[in-house]
Amino acid sequence: MPAITEPLAPAEGDPMLPRIVRVGKRARDHNGTVTLTLESADEMPLPTFRPGQFTMLYVFGVGEIPVSISGDAADETCLVQTVRAVGAVSQAVTELQPGDTLGLRRPFGTAWPLEDLNGRDVVIVAGGLGLAPLRSVIYHVLANRARFGNVALLYGARNPADILFRSQLEMWRKRLDVQLDVMVDHADSSWHGRVGAVTLLLPRLAVDAARATALVCGPEVMMRFVAAGLSDTGIPDSSIWVSLERNMECAIGLCGHCQVEGLFVCKDGPVLRYDRVRRLMGVKEL
Amino acid sequence: MEGLERILGEHRLFVGLPQPFVALAAGCARNVAFNAGDYLFRSGDPADWIYLVRHGHVALEAAVPGRGAVMFETVSEGDVAGLTWLLPPYRWDHDARAIEPTRALALDATCLRNKWETDHDLGCEVLKRFLGLLVQKVNAARFQVLDIYARHY
Repeated sequence: MPAITEPLAPAEGDPMLPRIVRVGKRARDHNGTVTLTLESADEMPLPTFRPGQFTMLYVFGVGEIPVSISGDAADETCLVQTVRAVGAVSQAVTELQPGDTLGLRRPFGTAWPLEDLNGRDVVIVAGGLGLAPLRSVIYHVLANRARFGNVALLYGARNPADILFRSQLEMWRKRLDVQLDVMVDHADSSWHGRVGAVTLLLPRLAVDAARATALVCGPEVMMRFVAAGLSDTGIPDSSIWVSLERNMECAIGLCGHCQVEGLFVCKDGPVLRYDRVRRLMGVKEL
Repeated sequence: MEGLERILGEHRLFVGLPQPFVALAAGCARNVAFNAGDYLFRSGDPADWIYLVRHGHVALEAAVPGRGAVMFETVSEGDVAGLTWLLPPYRWDHDARAIEPTRALALDATCLRNKWETDHDLGCEVLKRFLGLLVQKVNAARFQVLDIYARHY
């Protein structure tokens, strides 16, 4: 792919105009999932972000998609984004190599409520690729561990081969100040970890429900089950947050592609409080 | 016996059960231990024992032609391995294999069933607890059947 280095727009300019960034590193995770480390292709610093936000990545001549930011918000030298190849554009993004350039529109959307977590127990529940937008939160929580009460990280995946960021999960598991459980739906006898639905882990949470905040990200049906299960453990719906995914195109609430009733997921979300979207999440095909 | 009563009363499934019922159930209990690789039971065997896991990790598996033993659930501390002892024909329909050294409280299923036939209050209390567990397992199985991580994401 030819390198394009001329910036198309200033970083803080028109949100509809992409700026040019370069792929610094490319790490293949598993089954079609790739994590790209993006660097500035010009003199301008990369845009900062808040965990939970997304960017629009544009592969020239192919198209543009919303992609979660999975890196550390404290590291302003690069932007780390994780993509799974599920369509033409995401396939093209996963095929980018170090040195290739692509278009990036600035981080959009709402963020996880990090300030509200201070002094509280924190429950992070991720499913499948939903671990990507929560990894930024995990970096923040682990780097500032003393600010929080008990911390639980629950992760569900289809099978052991589909576990995202596996080596990092193993590293985090060694910490004594975090309850980390990984659950896969199916496995063969070579797997020595847990098997079953991630919801089975919820009654075992070592947190005080009344002073806990839960952050959930994964396939929407998983979030529905998990949020309901968290609610059953006594965590108030107003302390449960989910990250919705819709067909986001403009990312600024103009085009309406991501509209769910009165919500524009790109602008009002993707991170939303469960008590605000609980009813919507139960509406078929919405 | 007092030790078994305490252990049984502290198990997640029996927490809050009135003490006289715990004492009755404890009369059917004994401590058991398994090494990694040991089978608690195998598919087709009579479901004579109820295993309340205290420590360790147990794989519930079913043999699938061409795929070997497929693990569909694991149980650990606070869980119960197997539920088919509840109803006739009282036969296991899957294997249970200890993945790591495992300690459990084994309740004699025939003993417990006989006790709740003569003490329906005990039967009702115990069955309510296992029914709750069963509903939890059914919901979890639905979740797995949906194969929600297969696409999207």
